[in-house]
Amino acid sequence: MIKPDRIVTTICPYCGVGCTLNLHIKSDVVYRVTSPFDAPANHGNLCVKGRFGYDFIHAKDRLTQPLMRKDGKLVPAAWDEAMGYVAERLLEIRDKYGPDSIGFLVSAKCTNEENYLLQKVARGLIGTNNVDHCARL
Amino acid sequence: MTNSIADIHLADVLLVTGSNTTEAHPVISLEMKKAVRKRGAKLILIDPREIELADFAAIHIRPRSGTDVALLNAMAHVILAEGLEDREFIAARTENFEAFKEAVKDCTPQWAEDITGVPADMIVEAAQVYGRAGSAAIFWAMGITQSSHGTDNVQALANLALLTGNFGRPGTGVNPLRGQNNVQGACDMGGLPNVLTGYQPVTDEAARTKFENAWQTKVKIPPAPGLTVTELMNGVLEGRIKALYIMGENPILSDPNTNHVREALEEIEFLAVQDIFLNETAQMAHVVLPGVSFAEKEGTFTNTERRVQLVRPALPIRGGARRDLDIICDLGQRLSGVSADDSTDVVHPVTNWNYAGASAVWDEIAALTPTMAGIRYERLVPHGLQWPCPAPDHPGTPILHKEKFTRGLGRFTPLTFREPAENPDEEYPFVLNTGRVLQHWHGGTLSRRSEGLDWVVPEGEIQINDADGVRLGIATGDLIRVKSRRGEVTGKARLTNKLPRGMVFMTFHFAEVPANALTNDAVDPVAKIPEFKVSAVKIERV
Repeated sequence: MIKPDRIVTTICPYCGVGCTLNLHIKSDVVYRVTSPFDAPANHGNLCVKGRFGYDFIHAKDRLTQPLMRKDGKLVPAAWDEAMGYVAERLLEIRDKYGPDSIGFLVSAKCTNEENYLLQKVARGLIGTNNVDHCARL
Repeated sequence: MTNSIADIHLADVLLVTGSNTTEAHPVISLEMKKAVRKRGAKLILIDPREIELADFAAIHIRPRSGTDVALLNAMAHVILAEGLEDREFIAARTENFEAFKEAVKDCTPQWAEDITGVPADMIVEAAQVYGRAGSAAIFWAMGITQSSHGTDNVQALANLALLTGNFGRPGTGVNPLRGQNNVQGACDMGGLPNVLTGYQPVTDEAARTKFENAWQTKVKIPPAPGLTVTELMNGVLEGRIKALYIMGENPILSDPNTNHVREALEEIEFLAVQDIFLNETAQMAHVVLPGVSFAEKEGTFTNTERRVQLVRPALPIRGGARRDLDIICDLGQRLSGVSADDSTDVVHPVTNWNYAGASAVWDEIAALTPTMAGIRYERLVPHGLQWPCPAPDHPGTPILHKEKFTRGLGRFTPLTFREPAENPDEEYPFVLNTGRVLQHWHGGTLSRRSEGLDWVVPEGEIQINDADGVRLGIATGDLIRVKSRRGEVTGKARLTNKLPRGMVFMTFHFAEVPANALTNDAVDPVAKIPEFKVSAVKIERV
């Protein structure tokens, strides 16, 4: 049997039940998922997605570099160039059409902290309440 | 949820409606089954499909799609007619009862039978079972909310709980089951057009000023609510919205009327997408920023029972991707003109966008959000905390509305039944219903990349009733085309006796068979949620 290098306790990324996961990791690969019996939401139970649906973490088509559209095609770009372009375009569009010409979709998959900061960007830096996510969908 | 997962099994009666719990929230369904099997609780299931929970139900009501308010009003009518209401609770803790009573006066079970197709005596029985329960808990998911009268549906359920005093005790309450790992948190964090963190309204000047001062903003937070997802997409086509920044969402698959969304994103001046995959939406972007998965980041998710729980980094970042928090802080620094020198000053992370990790961001959230003021990372080990948690020594709140409601008195809402926006007719004679299956999740981005899950359920099928299939000469496995007024989809048919006649059921997990090319983008006037569960379609063999 494989012995894990480490077991990390975290929360399932699928539905809203919030099951506790123990990720068993060997050589930086998640190979097994279990759950502790004292987990508050799931008492050690997991559904088929929580227990077996983790291949996507290691999927070959995970994005690993920024992409920018050049001549109609998305091509790899450096972080500084990509981020600089995003900021420049957002400020240009805000100055030309006003803050409410920009919308932000935050994410039901991302963390509280990430969601908080992105709506802070929208409201505090751009000056728009055009912030939503797929809660309704 | 007003209540907690841990007290589900204490309910005497469970009313589950618009939730295919065993497939969409499997672990919560275990608690429901425990209540039925071990404690003899009675399950009232309201769902047009014969889902797995039907095997556990004492009463399975199968109404015509979109007639929830008629059914629930009639149950309230019966509870009042038979004197099963909780008079003490109504007198002490509610308001607007007389207006509500008047509104359901004529909603007899016979009246509701004509609208819903549910036999009147079954409505009476369900009302008696719910009304007589010592503790009764209501659960719902998108089958209730994704409707052009979704707000009415939810209020009709809340009316039932108010009428019978089923609030503030274990095994009671009104409990929406949230569909995404952190949809509760995204709402709590101000990821909505009308509220800041902890549901502080943007229309409240004091709230806006508090945030403007804390953030030291150079711009003003507008006093009017912004646009919702559906409105943003319309805004692009109307030329009002010029740029979108999308983080971790794939609206092309998840929004209604896909073709319309695609058209909007083709037209937009600037689209930035932050994601871990080049999904259908990212493929249309001008810039794509690679973030990381849940396994590579630190932070918190808030579950359906309002429990804030720690997410821990388990793996190193892949390739040249960056943590999402770092991407947003970088954007914040560039937009606010903080120079690289300033940004190294961790003393002022609030304005310099340079946080010493996710917990420093959380501390800023807690300082601005009274309902979460007492939550700190060190308190989240081992079991998290349920908000409201207003102080450092507060234990969190497993059950809401114990002594009083958040607004003071619980308000009854008089409701009038309205038909769905698009009922079947001669040209489009079937009702399309959408949902999930156990093995897949939402737009399929995660679950379809998991080999085992995709092996078990490799393709999206179009389910129709056995008898309808025979009448139309369609067999399981035949290729059929489903058409609505907005689009068409081709896929394999599956005949089943689990659907009522006249219904077509599809999932929205599969990009090859995209149900949302067909769905109606008519929305609820208050919640702006689209009517995914009722669209008129026709089917034909290919």
